[in-house]
Amino acid sequence: MTAQTSTHPWRKLKLNLSHRLADFNPVQWLTSLLLPVTGIVVFLMLWHVGAGQINTSLGTFPGPVDVVEQSQSLWQGHVAEREKETAFYQRQEERNAARMADDPSYSPTIHSYPGKATFIDQIFTSLVTVLAGFLVSSVIAIPCGIIIGLSRSTYQAVNPIIQIFKPVSPLAWLPLVTMVVSAVYVSDDPMFDKSFITSLFTVTLCSLWPTLINTAVGVANIDRDLLNVSKVLRLPTFTHIRKIVIPSAIPMMFTGLRVSLGIAWMVLIAAEMLAQNPGLGKFVWDEFQNGSSDSLGRIMVAVLAIGLIGYALDRIMLMLQQAVSWDKTSEQR
Amino acid sequence: MTQTHLELSGVGIDFPTPKGPFTALSNVNLKVRDGEFVSLIGHSGCGKSTVLNIVAGLHQATRGGVLLNGKEVDEPGPERAVVFQNHSLLPWLTAWENVELAVKRVFGKTKSRAELKDWIAHNLELVHMGHAMHKRPGEISGGMKQRVGIARALAMQPSVLLLDEPFGALDALTRAHLQDSLMDIQSQLGTTVIMITHDVDEAVLLSDRIVMMTNGPSATVGQILEVDLERPRNRLALADDVHYNHLRSAVLTFLYEKQRKIEPISSRATATTPAKKKTEVA
Repeated sequence: MTAQTSTHPWRKLKLNLSHRLADFNPVQWLTSLLLPVTGIVVFLMLWHVGAGQINTSLGTFPGPVDVVEQSQSLWQGHVAEREKETAFYQRQEERNAARMADDPSYSPTIHSYPGKATFIDQIFTSLVTVLAGFLVSSVIAIPCGIIIGLSRSTYQAVNPIIQIFKPVSPLAWLPLVTMVVSAVYVSDDPMFDKSFITSLFTVTLCSLWPTLINTAVGVANIDRDLLNVSKVLRLPTFTHIRKIVIPSAIPMMFTGLRVSLGIAWMVLIAAEMLAQNPGLGKFVWDEFQNGSSDSLGRIMVAVLAIGLIGYALDRIMLMLQQAVSWDKTSEQR
Repeated sequence: MTQTHLELSGVGIDFPTPKGPFTALSNVNLKVRDGEFVSLIGHSGCGKSTVLNIVAGLHQATRGGVLLNGKEVDEPGPERAVVFQNHSLLPWLTAWENVELAVKRVFGKTKSRAELKDWIAHNLELVHMGHAMHKRPGEISGGMKQRVGIARALAMQPSVLLLDEPFGALDALTRAHLQDSLMDIQSQLGTTVIMITHDVDEAVLLSDRIVMMTNGPSATVGQILEVDLERPRNRLALADDVHYNHLRSAVLTFLYEKQRKIEPISSRATATTPAKKKTEVA
């Protein structure tokens, strides 16, 4: 197996890089950089001018400058909160150590820090929630999609149900999910907050469909020749699914997963607002209720953060798709 | 004459259509000896592929049946390996892995790991793919893909090898190359082969017998031509051979005089594009 060395991933990467370096064209590179930068600069100017024209009861609409200021203040708030937190724990430890020295039988208790979640904490909460919801939806949608795609009759039976539930807004699901979670998820020492569970399942319910449909379509449209190969080899059902069906459907599956993750992230913000899950949605809602002169600027920071994170999630999915899929020509929009 | 290896008796098939059943084949009779190379030739749409699919077990005959070594064929199986026109390799697996899938399925329980490995390598070498064993189908040429397809089929050690226009989608030079390879391999292994083709030269060069099919509907065997050219055959030497040319013109006469197919220009244009000829009589 001498040919194995040339397909080694590390060598491939090196080869790829050297090819790219050889193709490096400064003029092309500059224009490819220049155009997006121009776009952004023009947008910032228009935004700056436009924002100044809009007056609200909380002052003018936030422009780029406000956003920069507010993001700095949010970051400083985060840093300050962290310092307070470490100081809080340090004080406790000192106090406990002192009491232990006085009275060796004393068993110290550590109180957790009661301070409020910062913007950064809220971003983190949102990410955890969306990924958990997306994971649950994928775990349900992929196997179901495969089962539906394998049989025409199942597909026809299930299709109307999918089509009806697919366009339902998260806001419609939320009250139902909230009530069900309150009724079902009862525990004295809950591992997760109810608001987290509610947001998670709302995300799941809304992001299930694209993966489900795409997986089913991908499975249903496997090349007939490949199915014939499987028949000639008399592959057992399970091997057939593992060796032929799943690899065939992977490009479609990932297209679905990318759409699902996009929807999950969009739905999450609405779900968090209503469920009061301490993430970005709650941040936006709290700032809106707060109504200080900084509020609109802070909301705008959240809007941009939501956009950037959504973009990053999509890129990560695309990278994952390219790593996993055999079909390297899959769309890259 | 050795014993009959494969026998089609009174095979007919109807396909359901909205206007009632369409009889694609009727009363197809054929006996194939062990180690024989038989070609099926006929105009497109005559049901050549359907015959092959029935032998493969991918279609069920409505009437009659197929016997292989005295056993009736009723489902697909590796003892009747098929090489499809469009290679049908799994694109996410390398050449090696494609052959491995078949080998493990057929010999996974009877051969040791080392034996399996040797067997895969042996079959890839046989089709001269030793140098590109670990490439994926997307990285190799059409001819190479078809070689791997043949290796995969041969690796199952089939009782009969079914080739469905195996070289139809290839350019003339590659095709000639692969025909020579196939001739070589068949004489080495003595495999029984049924090949569908629409190339007269290919049929005469490779076959022991050429089965010429009439036009559908209700297509059947029109005439069988015995190709008694000595083996090994050399395409260059045969080009000037009187007997070869005589056989060739016999096939041509059948196709273009006795079974002349008159089609409107538009459908003819699609019929002569081999790559598109997939649907057959569906």
